[in-house]
This record gives sequence, C-alpha cells and structure tokens, in this order.
Amino acid sequence: MALLQRPEGRRLHPVTPWRRAWAPMAALFAFAAQDPERARQGVESLTAGRLLAVLALLLPAAAAYGFLSWWMTSYTVTETELRIRTGLLFRRVAHIRLDRLQAIDVGRPLLARVVGVAKLKLDVVGTDKKDELAFLGERDAVALRAELLARAAGMAPEAAAEVGEAPARELVRVGTRMLVVSLLLLGSVWGSLAAALAVPLLIWWASGSLWPALAVAVPLLSGVWRSGVGRFLTEFDWVVAESPDGIRLDHGLLDRAHATVPPGRVQAVRIVEPWLWRRRGWVRVELDVAAGGNEGGLLLPVATRETARGVLARVLPGLDPAEAAASLVPVPRRARWVVPLWWRGYRHGVTQTVFASRKGLLCRTLSLVPHAKVQSVRLTQGPWERAFKLADVHVDHGANGTVAARLRAVEEARAVVAAQAGRSRTGRRRARPERWLT
Amino acid sequence: MSQLTGGSSGGEAGRAGHAGEAGRPEDAGRWRGVERGLLRMRRTLLTAVSVPLVAVLGPVLWLAAGPWWAVLAAAPAAVALWGWGAIARNWASWRYSERDDDLLIERGVVWRGLTVVPYGRMQLVEVTSGPLERHFGLARVQLHTAAATTDAHIPGLAPEEAERLRERLTELGEARSAGL
Repeated sequence: MALLQRPEGRRLHPVTPWRRAWAPMAALFAFAAQDPERARQGVESLTAGRLLAVLALLLPAAAAYGFLSWWMTSYTVTETELRIRTGLLFRRVAHIRLDRLQAIDVGRPLLARVVGVAKLKLDVVGTDKKDELAFLGERDAVALRAELLARAAGMAPEAAAEVGEAPARELVRVGTRMLVVSLLLLGSVWGSLAAALAVPLLIWWASGSLWPALAVAVPLLSGVWRSGVGRFLTEFDWVVAESPDGIRLDHGLLDRAHATVPPGRVQAVRIVEPWLWRRRGWVRVELDVAAGGNEGGLLLPVATRETARGVLARVLPGLDPAEAAASLVPVPRRARWVVPLWWRGYRHGVTQTVFASRKGLLCRTLSLVPHAKVQSVRLTQGPWERAFKLADVHVDHGANGTVAARLRAVEEARAVVAAQAGRSRTGRRRARPERWLT
Repeated sequence: MSQLTGGSSGGEAGRAGHAGEAGRPEDAGRWRGVERGLLRMRRTLLTAVSVPLVAVLGPVLWLAAGPWWAVLAAAPAAVALWGWGAIARNWASWRYSERDDDLLIERGVVWRGLTVVPYGRMQLVEVTSGPLERHFGLARVQLHTAAATTDAHIPGLAPEEAERLRERLTELGEARSAGL
C-alpha cells in the first residue's frame, strides 16, 4: 500500500508508540472539560458493558494511531543535514542543516529512564520549536549526538559515524548543599511562599468559606513548588564539562538532561547576583544561544565568582567578567529625574572582548555581549530623556535579545554607538569558523 | 547617481542644516533623505481620514445634541492640523547614510532613534511597495539581521533608489558576510 509505505532511514525506538497512545485519551478529557454537564450525564449512564465496549473501541484505535505514526517516522543523516520524516496523512520532512546547529540536548525523563530510552532535541537557527527525536535507545541517542556534532564540526563523513563520544573534562559540579542554601536565600522563593500562605488566609477570613481560599491556594502553592522544589529537582547535581564538542551540561534529579553547546554558539552571557547572595560572592550564570537554547539558558545555577570566571573563560575565550565589572561606569546624576531610585543600578562599560551593561539595585544583572556577536547597534531617545540630554544604547545579538546601556549622556551614547560598530567589525574578523574543526 | 536622487533633491536642500549637525562631521555630506512623496502620501492619508470625520461628526452632534456640542468636532480638526506639521517634521527627520562598513538610519523627532547595521550582518534585504506606495512612486527597504530586534527599515524611497540600495547592500553583505 503506497499510502503506508515505510519511509527510508533509521527509525525510532519501538517504545515510542506508547507515548502516542495518550493522544486519544487527552482528546476525551478535553471534550469532557469543555462540556462538563454532558460528560457527567455520560458517566452516569455508563454501565460495565458500555464501558468495555468503549474501551474495546478506543484502545485498538489508540494503539493503531501510535503504531502508524511510529511506522511513518524516520530520520537520516546526510553529509550536510539531518532529515526527519513524520506525518501519517500530511507528510512532513524537516531538513536540519548541521552547520547551523546551535545545541543538542539528550533528555531522559523519569519514565524514559526506567525503560532505557532518551530523546534528542536539536536547536537550529531558523526553526521555531525544537525539533526532537523521541524516543531513541539511550546508546543510540548518545551515538547519534556524537555523530551529528562530528559532522557539524566538519569531520569527514566516513569518520564521523564512528568517532563516538568525545572525551569530556569536568569543570564544575555544583554541590547539593550550596544549591539548597542558594535557593533558600532567594527572595522570590520566600515571597511566593508568603503569598501562598497569606492570600488564602485573607480570603478565608474575608469570605468565611473554605472553598474559594482553597481554589486560590492551589495555583499559588504550585508556583512555590515550581520556584523552589521544581528548581531544586532540575538543578540538582549540575555538572559543567568541557569537550572538543563544546560545553556539556548534565543535571536533574528525576529527569536527567544532558545538553551540549558547540563552541562559538554563545551570543550573550548574563551574570545574575541576587541581593542575599552577594555577601557570599555567589552568582548565577545564564547563556543566550541562538534558537532558544537549553532550559532557559542556564550555565551555572550557583557558583562563586571565581568559579564562574573560570568557566566563562572556557565558554568564551578571552572573556573576563572581573575585567568587565571593573570597566563599568555609573550614569550621570541627572538620570535620577528619568528613573528615580533605580538609576543607580544602571552601569555600562566596554572591554577588549565584550560590551557590558549592568542593571538592577537588589538583584544585579550584568549582561555581556562579545563584540563579534553584535548584529546591530541602536541609539534611542525619548522626549523625557532628551530634556535631560540622556540616551539609551541598545546592542542586538543573534539570540533574539537586546542588551541596553540605559541613561548615558547623549554625547557619550553617540560615541559608544560609533565605536561599537567599529569594534564589532574587527571582533568578527577574529571570530572562529562556523565548522570548528576545519 | 544624480538622476536617481534627483527626485528628492528639493527635500535634501531643505535639510542641509539638519544634516550638518550629524555626530561625525566626515559623514555629514553622505546623509540622504527620503522622497517627498512619503510626505504627500502621509498627508493624503491624514486628510482622507480627518476631513470626513469632521464633516460627519460636526452636523451629527449639532442635530443630536445642539450647536454647542458641535464644537467638539473641532478636536479632531485640531489634531489633524497638528498632525499636518508633525508629519513634515517626522519626514524631515528620516535619513540614512551608507558608510564603508555599515548602514546608518536615523529617524524620529519626539522619540529619536539611530540604527547601525554592519553590512556583514545582513541576512536579507527586502524591498516592498504596496498599492498606495506605488501610486506615490515609493518603495520601502527592510533589512533583516539574525536578531529579530533589529529595527532597520527605510520608508519612502524612489523605486530605483530602493533597487540600487538593495543591490549594493546585498553585494556588500556577501563580500563581508560573517556567521552568527
């Protein structure tokens, strides 16, 4: 049958259809949620015989759907791209150019870890969502990632298939104790916990009935869970390692994730210092990688300044956060009329390698963009800023982000824009090639 | 080149003083403005909206609420009058300059903006021209870089100038191309 002809290429792990079997169930739930009254009547009229009949109909349908969609999915690796074929009726072929590959993640959710499978997520410039291959056998996933990275690096195709995993050298491992203390020192965790306790109590006191209070408490508590316990679960045992393929990130307690960021893909770096961390000299480091990136772009959930400095020097050669921090210059005093109080937080500086900008009073964020990654430079000035002869400088980078040096004196801002254009040009000339082994 | 920019010569002469105050004196001579047609198009649009609005709103208020209420119709008229001048100031503020390595676009009166796009960073140069713009002999050039936040466009160019700019930018972009 031509319609169901198996597409060429390698196929996914046979466990995959079971994941798909959830789709009809989800459709049923969506139907029930949309029309609860009819769903209730439906449930009441159910007898054992009817239930069995429905199940007898649904289960094979779900199984058939799962099997067919697995049957019709395949992938091939060619010299320049990875092709993923999907679709039962509407066939879709995703062509993923390997030289545009920004990052590869191997994800192992808890259930998948039990079965021994993993999914491979690919970050490519120009695709909206992450294209993923779910699920592959664990060994296949690791081998495929090694092969894709080798090809992306520009290795010969014959050699690329059997290079195997490149050796990794561990740079940092975040201790559990440090992670717990750092999360306990976050204002947002305590703030959401206080809100989750206070708001339902207030509502209970005001309305005198328990149900509305509970209805409010549930989403608030889930917020606490996400910002506290959820973060602990994902950031548990965070390992940063270095390999010829780039930076490797391993983390997670229940769901293990394993991300690889090839060299030269980092567009911008953010060093975040929450208020209570500052005395201990702790920082969080985030990365911006073109095309989304891993888990909100976290590089280090918590580390001392010295450790962060060492890791950043590996991620972006020549980058020294201490030097960037030393180059920061405060904004003119008259800026207090434009942004009261918070004007003190804005600072800007330039070093040989990066454009640096800091903002925030309590939680300081230092953003660094390498000159070579700057896509365009903008100067903007609103009417209120013009009255005080101030202007903002924006630097756009390839990860769809902007780093702004706000509230600079207008002559200085013009000079910065002119100089930045020149710096980005010379910075690019020194940049590494796209295929990093060629 | 002279025949291409001939259409906007009047506009440029009128802005000689403006161009003189550019940040970098050596580039001052190379600033170019946008076509007068853009001013005409925007003023036509303003008239097409405001005149019928005032013409309908005035009599309707007069009949429905009384003669004093009809004075309210003067509000859109006043806004339109202010807009007439504001459009001219905004039009005069648009200018661009092709330097050796990058393109500069400056715009705005109340909210000012200056955008610098290095040629090597351009991913795509787009020339568009809608029906209204075609009627006024205008085209619009939009530059795309890998950063979606880059807001670099020039409205109101003569189609030949837009074509020339596209050719030149594409050529320079290829010569100086760099990865992400």
